[in-house]
Amino acid sequence: MNTLPKKTPTPLISALQLTCIREERLLFDELSLEIKAGDIVQVEGPNGSGKTSLLRILSGLSQPYDGQVHYQGQLISQCREEFHQNLLYFGHLSGVKGEMTAEENLDFNLALHGNKTDDSLAYLAKVNLVGFEDSLASHLSAGQHRRIALARLYQSNAPIWILDEPFTAIDKQGVASLEQLFINHAKRGGCVILTTHQDLISIKPEQVKKITLDYSC
Amino acid sequence: MTLKAQSIQVPENLSTQTDNQKQSAQQLSYRHAFMLVLKRDLTIAMRHKDDIINPLLFFVIVITLFPLGIGPEAQTLSRIAPGIIWVAALLATLLSLDRLFKSDHHDGSLEQMLLSPHPIFLLVLAKIFAHWLITGLPLILIAPLLAVLLHLDENSYGALVFTLLLGTPVLSLLGAVGVALTVGIKKGGVLLSLLVLPLYIPVLIFATSAIDTAALGLPYSGQLAIIAALFFGSLSLAPFAVGAALKVSTN
Repeated sequence: MNTLPKKTPTPLISALQLTCIREERLLFDELSLEIKAGDIVQVEGPNGSGKTSLLRILSGLSQPYDGQVHYQGQLISQCREEFHQNLLYFGHLSGVKGEMTAEENLDFNLALHGNKTDDSLAYLAKVNLVGFEDSLASHLSAGQHRRIALARLYQSNAPIWILDEPFTAIDKQGVASLEQLFINHAKRGGCVILTTHQDLISIKPEQVKKITLDYSC
Repeated sequence: MTLKAQSIQVPENLSTQTDNQKQSAQQLSYRHAFMLVLKRDLTIAMRHKDDIINPLLFFVIVITLFPLGIGPEAQTLSRIAPGIIWVAALLATLLSLDRLFKSDHHDGSLEQMLLSPHPIFLLVLAKIFAHWLITGLPLILIAPLLAVLLHLDENSYGALVFTLLLGTPVLSLLGAVGVALTVGIKKGGVLLSLLVLPLYIPVLIFATSAIDTAALGLPYSGQLAIIAALFFGSLSLAPFAVGAALKVSTN
């Protein structure tokens, strides 16, 4: 596989002095970070420490109380379309519609983000959903919903992946193949920012950069 | 199965460079994005028929109750018919508004839409158009039938259909702003009516006035022009307001 040399000096995403306040509680204060191509970043911390808030701020879904997020040196609010074209955000909610079949869901998700939908059956096969492509999503389990949403990762050209608890409700085998996917993505010059409470198995500790959120007050 | 899996071509490398963007920009045509969301919302509505049937049934029941309550005198009924039809249409639309963004908000697909590279107003416009096709259009089709029940004046049928054609999209557009503002709130139903109903008043006044004028055999193009102005005004401004409101609601 062709690996991109890590030549880009400007980080893909950088955050400057982020402050986040939720329910009158300070979650984090003056948090600055730089994420470059090839990074796998794991955000750690106990429940309620602001992991999801941080990811939502980085993806531009939430506004920080203070501070800025830059994409390749530009404010993300000033290059919305370009940033979103290069971003894949996967949140707590899978965004899967119960009224549509697995394949329709994936096709819509791919097309919405400007990807081709020709191979969607093959991507469903990648996440072990062969035979379920014509089932309405409302008849499928929680784990299968997550899988439908995660199938998009296999096709994505976006370099920035922001994944909030991607392993929730996914079985061991699924977790292993996702981890392999993250490693390949980082090798290809992308970056992965994820939160998880599980230990990463196939990704070696030295490959992972950790951000620990530890609110205490 | 394995054959399919092998046929995947993993993109060789990722680049944020411009040729990549040019390629995908071709796929991001506005019409394509609009049709994509419209098709999805219509598919969901066809499989979840409550969305179509409930407002329509409400509309039919409310209108049929009036002759029963007031009595069958043709003169009284035809005097109040425009008001009844329009108030019922207004409430039926209000009843259906909740579905516009709420389920998308609950299952996270709204987030994904906000994060898509397409302009938000375009996706919002597609959703509102789908909402109108699902709720507004059936009302327009069935209203002339119900007008017979209310002894609507013969001259007024044209005005009734024209005002509904121009007016119901306004209801969907303005209503969408209210839903977008209240989508993040758990019990936003009452707040939604308080926000949206006052905005519906101009449509109600001019629509019923147009139908009344038509019954007298006078030209009603003035009222129709004002409703058209309301339509074009809300068509051009509401999608942007909805986009901004959705951003605030998901914050």
